[in-house]
Amino acid sequence: MSDKKNNSIQTMFDGQLQRRDFLKLGAMAGMAGAAFSLGLPLNAWAQEGTPKPGGVLRLGLAGGSTSDSLDPGSWSDTFTFVGFSAVYNSLVEIAVDGTAIPELAESWEASPDARVWTFKLRQDVQFHNGQTLTAEDVVASVEHHLGEKSTSAAKTVLGDVATVKAKDGNSVVFELRSGNADFPFVMADYHLVIMPSKDGVADWRAGSGTGGYRIKSFEPGVRMALERNPGYWKSGRAHFDSAELISISDGAARINALITGEVDVINKVDLKTINLLKLNPNMVIEETKGAQHYTFPMLCDSKEFADNNVRMAMKHAIDREAMLGSVLRGYGTVGNDHPLQPGHRFLNTALEQRIYDPEKARFYLRKAGLESLNVRLQASDAAYSGAVDASVLFKEQARVAGINIDVVREPADGFFSNVWNKQPFTTSFWYSSLTADRMFSIGYAKGASWNETHWEHQRFNELLNSARGELNEPLRSEMYNEMQQLCRDEGGALIPLFANSVAARSKRVAHGPETAPYGELDGLRLIERWWQA
Amino acid sequence: MTRLFKELLRAPLSAQFGFIVIALYVLLAVLAPVLAPFGETEIVGDGFAPWDGQFLLGTDNLGRDMFSRLIYGARNTVGIAFTATLLAFLIGGLAGLVAALKSGWVDQGLSRLVDILMAIPQLIFALLILSVVGTTATSLILVIALLDSTRVFRLTRAVAMNVVVQDFVEAARLRGEGLWWLATREVLPNTAAPLIAEFGLRFCFVFLFISALSFLGLGIQPPTADWGSMVRDNAVLITFGNVTPLLPALAVAVLTVGVNFVVDWMLHKSSGLKE
Amino acid sequence: MVKSILLLLVQRLALGLLSLFAVSVIIFLAVGLLPGDIAQAMLGQAATDETVAAFRAQLGLDQPPLMRFMHWIGNFLQGDLGVSLANQRQISELVGARLGNTLTLAAMAALVSVPLALLLGMLAALYRNSWFDRALNTSALSAVSFPEFFVAYILIMLFSVKLNWFPSISNLAPDASFGEVFERSVLPVATLSLVVIAQMMRMTRAALINLLASPYIEMARLKGISQARIIFRHALPNALAPIVNVVALNLAYLVVGVVVVEVVFVYPGLGQLLVDSVAKRDIPVVQACSLIFAATYVVLNTLADVLAIASNPRLMHPKG
Repeated sequence: MSDKKNNSIQTMFDGQLQRRDFLKLGAMAGMAGAAFSLGLPLNAWAQEGTPKPGGVLRLGLAGGSTSDSLDPGSWSDTFTFVGFSAVYNSLVEIAVDGTAIPELAESWEASPDARVWTFKLRQDVQFHNGQTLTAEDVVASVEHHLGEKSTSAAKTVLGDVATVKAKDGNSVVFELRSGNADFPFVMADYHLVIMPSKDGVADWRAGSGTGGYRIKSFEPGVRMALERNPGYWKSGRAHFDSAELISISDGAARINALITGEVDVINKVDLKTINLLKLNPNMVIEETKGAQHYTFPMLCDSKEFADNNVRMAMKHAIDREAMLGSVLRGYGTVGNDHPLQPGHRFLNTALEQRIYDPEKARFYLRKAGLESLNVRLQASDAAYSGAVDASVLFKEQARVAGINIDVVREPADGFFSNVWNKQPFTTSFWYSSLTADRMFSIGYAKGASWNETHWEHQRFNELLNSARGELNEPLRSEMYNEMQQLCRDEGGALIPLFANSVAARSKRVAHGPETAPYGELDGLRLIERWWQA
Repeated sequence: MTRLFKELLRAPLSAQFGFIVIALYVLLAVLAPVLAPFGETEIVGDGFAPWDGQFLLGTDNLGRDMFSRLIYGARNTVGIAFTATLLAFLIGGLAGLVAALKSGWVDQGLSRLVDILMAIPQLIFALLILSVVGTTATSLILVIALLDSTRVFRLTRAVAMNVVVQDFVEAARLRGEGLWWLATREVLPNTAAPLIAEFGLRFCFVFLFISALSFLGLGIQPPTADWGSMVRDNAVLITFGNVTPLLPALAVAVLTVGVNFVVDWMLHKSSGLKE
Repeated sequence: MVKSILLLLVQRLALGLLSLFAVSVIIFLAVGLLPGDIAQAMLGQAATDETVAAFRAQLGLDQPPLMRFMHWIGNFLQGDLGVSLANQRQISELVGARLGNTLTLAAMAALVSVPLALLLGMLAALYRNSWFDRALNTSALSAVSFPEFFVAYILIMLFSVKLNWFPSISNLAPDASFGEVFERSVLPVATLSLVVIAQMMRMTRAALINLLASPYIEMARLKGISQARIIFRHALPNALAPIVNVVALNLAYLVVGVVVVEVVFVYPGLGQLLVDSVAKRDIPVVQACSLIFAATYVVLNTLADVLAIASNPRLMHPKG
C-alpha cells in the first residue's frame, strides 16, 4: 500500500544527539537548523570498522508496489526510498547523528531572517549518464515538485518556496515566503533528489543519478537490481559491487527468505516472531527507536469530540503500558499525546507522563455532562500493522471508564482517502520528524491538509509561526515546549505509542558501530553505508 | 428419529465419526457461552501466555484466552460458512435445474449470466463488492453465496443435462408434469450424488475463501473470533515450529473430514451399490 | 459430428466475446463505484486538493466516465492496451512477463495435479471403501481444508527451513535459466497441487461410483469383465461431463486464483498485479488483467462444454 505519510524528512530520531561522534565526524559548526556548514573534509563519510569492498547485498523489503515509478514525486514507501537513495543524492544529507551535512551542496548560508538560502554546489560530480552536475539540474529537480501541475508528494514540503534560481553557475538560491530555520532539513527530503535536466526539465525517466549505484533493472513491485558506480564521488561509501532489492510484502515470507539465506537484510520484522528470531545465532535485530508514532485522531469539529473534556476523558481511558506490551511487544515507548519522540532535542521533559486512570476519565466525562459515552472507532491496519488490535484493546480498556467504543474495521484499501481525516475517530500513524516545526506544521497547524484532528488553536498557531523563523535556540525551545503542552492537554490527537522500526540482518553483512537513530535501515542508506562481513 | 438412529448404528465407522464431529461442533456453537471459561473478546492475561491450568491453550497476541476463542470461533465460522453454502446451493441448484429442464433461451440467459459472473476472478469480485458495501456478516454471506452459486449452477446444470435427456424424464414430460414436479421428483434424485459430494467441499471452500479475504483484510470483523483470521494472525509462527496456528486450522480440518465422511456415506447409500 | 462441434465452438466463442465485453463494462463500473480514485490512492495521506486535481487532469480523469470507457475500448480494439495510470509504463510490457510467469506456474501445476487426481480418483473408485480409499480421502480432505497460505508455510518450514532442499521464495530474475525456474517453482506447484487435487479426485470418484450402479455396468459385471476394465472402458466415458467440468474450473483457478500463493512465494504473477492495481484504482491495468482472466475462463469453459457434449451421444443429437 502506498497509504503512507509522506512526511518528507522521514528522518526520525531517538536522538541522544551523540555529541562525541558529532565532534569526531567533525567539521560542523553548531546545531542543526541554525547551523551553516562551512565545508566538510572529504573523509566525512568514512566509517569506523573495516569496510570490505565487493559482494552483493540482497534486501527483502516490505513496501514495494507494482505502481512504483521512477518519478521521485511518487515515491511513497520503503522500497523506493531505500533503492533510490542509493541511486541519487540530494543537496543535504542527514548524518548518522541526526544533523544536516552537505551532500551535493558543498556548503550553504542563510540570510539573517532565514528567508533566503544559498547552496553552493560540489564541482565535477557526474550523473550516471555522463552529464556533469550543474545548478540548472538542481533548479529543474526542485521545480519538478513545484507548480500547479505538480502531483508530487513533496509539494507540501516545499510550500514555503517562492522561487528557486541558479546563481554564478554553481550556486542555487531559494527564496522562501517566510523564514525557516530548518530549511536544510527540508532539502534532505528523500523526494528531493537531484536529477539531470534536459531542456530545463528534470529528466526523471532516465533513472540517472549521481549516487553510488546505477540502476541495472527495475521491475515495479518485483525487484530492483543495482550495480556499483565506479566513478562515485563520495569516498568511503558504496562498498558492495551490486545490490538487489526484492519486494516481499508478506511478513512470513520475508522472515523465511532471511532464515534460508535468500536475502541478507529484511525490514518490518513481525514482532510475534522476534524472540524466536533472536535465538538464531546468525541473525541480528536492527532497531530504530521511536521511528514512528501511532495516533487515534479525534476530530475537534465533530459533535462527539468538540468538548475538550471528552477528549481528555479518552486520553485517560487508554492503558499505554499494556498496549506497548501487546501491540509492540515492548519495541517502543509510550506516548504523551504530543508528537515529539523521546530524545528529540526540543522535547519538553517537564511534562508529566499521562497514565491509565479510568477514574479521571469518568471525572472528565462528568465535566462534559455525560455519564457514559458511545463512540465509533474506524480502524484499519493500513495505518500500521496492529492498528485493529490496538483498537480492540482500547475498547476493552475504555469500558472500565464508562466509554463504549464500537470498533469497525475498514478495508485497508482506500482507508486514507475515505475514512481518515473525514470520520470523527480513526487510527493513524506518522513517521516521527527530525524537526519539531515540520511535525507541527503538517499535522497540527490550522488549515494544514493533514491536520488529522481539525484542531484550531490560536495560541498554538501563533507560536508555530514565530518559532519557525526563530534563530535563537533557547527561545525557540521554550515555544516548542509550550506547544507540546497545548497538544497534550487540548489537542485532538491521542498518541499512545512511539514504535521502533525493527529490521533484521544476517551476519553476512556488517555496518559501522553506529547506525542512524532515525529512519529504518540506517536512515534508509544501508546500501551505500554497509558492507559484506 | 429412531429410524435415523438405527441407520446410524449400521453406518460405517467413518460416517459415525463424521456424525459425532458434526454433533460436537453444533453443540459447541450453541453452548459456546456456557462452555467457554472466558469471554470471546475479554482480555484475561498477558499476550502469548503458555498452556497451563488457567489458560488451557494459552492466550493470543492480545492476551485473550485461545481455548475460549476457539469455541466461539465454532459458532461464528461454522454459522457463516454453513449459511452461505446453503444459500449458494439453494440459488445455484435451483437455477441449474431450471436451466436444464427449460433449455432454450432460459438456459442460454442463465448460462451467459453465470459465465459473466464466473469470468470475473472471485477474489477480485468479492474485493470490489465488499469495498463498496462494507464488510458485515450479512454482506459477507450474500457475496459468498452469490459467487459460489455460480459454481453450483454449472455443476447442477451439467449433471442435470445428462438426466433430462433420459427416457423417464421425457416420459414424465409427456405425461404433462409441471416444472417443479420434474425438477424435484425426476431430476433432483438422479443428480443428488455429485451435488452432495460438492456440498461437503463447497462448505470447506467457503471457509477457506473467508480466510483468503482475511488475508486481504476483508474478512469477518474483529474482535469476533473466527478460525480463518485466527490462522492468519499467527501463521508466521509456523516457520519456527510453533503449533498455535495449527489449532484453528485443525479445527477446520476435522470438521471438513467429518462432514465429507457423512457425505460419502450418503453418496454411497444413494448410489444403490451394495457392497 | 465434427461439423456440429465446429458450429458449437464458433457459437460459444462468439458468446465468449460477448461475455468479455460484459466483464469489461462491469469491471469499469465497479472500479468506478469504489470510493476514491487513483489520484487519492496514489497520493495516500499526501493527497491535498491541489495535487489530486493536478493528478486527475494529467491522467484525463476529469473526463466523463462514458468518454473514458469509449476511449479505452477504442484503443483496446486496435490492440493498444494503453499505459498504466500509476507509473506510465506500457501495459502490454507490464502484463506480458507476468502473464508468462502465471501461465508457466499454472501449466506445471496442471501437469502434476490433473493426471494424479484422475488416477487417484479412479483407484479410489476401484478400491472403494477400502482402507486405501479412506486414507486417500482423509488426506485429500485434510490438505484441502487448510488455507493455501498455511499449506505454503508448512511446506516452506519443512522443505526450505528444515531440509534446505528448495528456496523459500520464488522470485524469478528475467534471465533465469530453466533449471532455476524449475527449482524455484517446486514449492508453489506443490502447494497449488495439494489445493486442487482433492476436488478433482473426489469428483472423479463420485461420478464413477454413481455410474457403477447403472444397469449397463451391472450387465458388464455379469459378463465377467474385470473391475478395472469396467471403470476405465465403460464407466469413465460416461462420467466425463462432471469430471471435465470440475477439471476446467480448477484449471481456471490455477490461472486466476493464485494471488495468495504469489504473495507467499513472492512469485511475480498476474494476481498480485491485479490486486495492487485495484487498490490503486489503476483502471487500465485492472481491465487488462481482468480480461486475460476472463478469457482464460471462457476458453476453458468452452472446451469443457464441447468435451462434455462430444462424450455424450445423447447430447450430441438432442431429441434425435
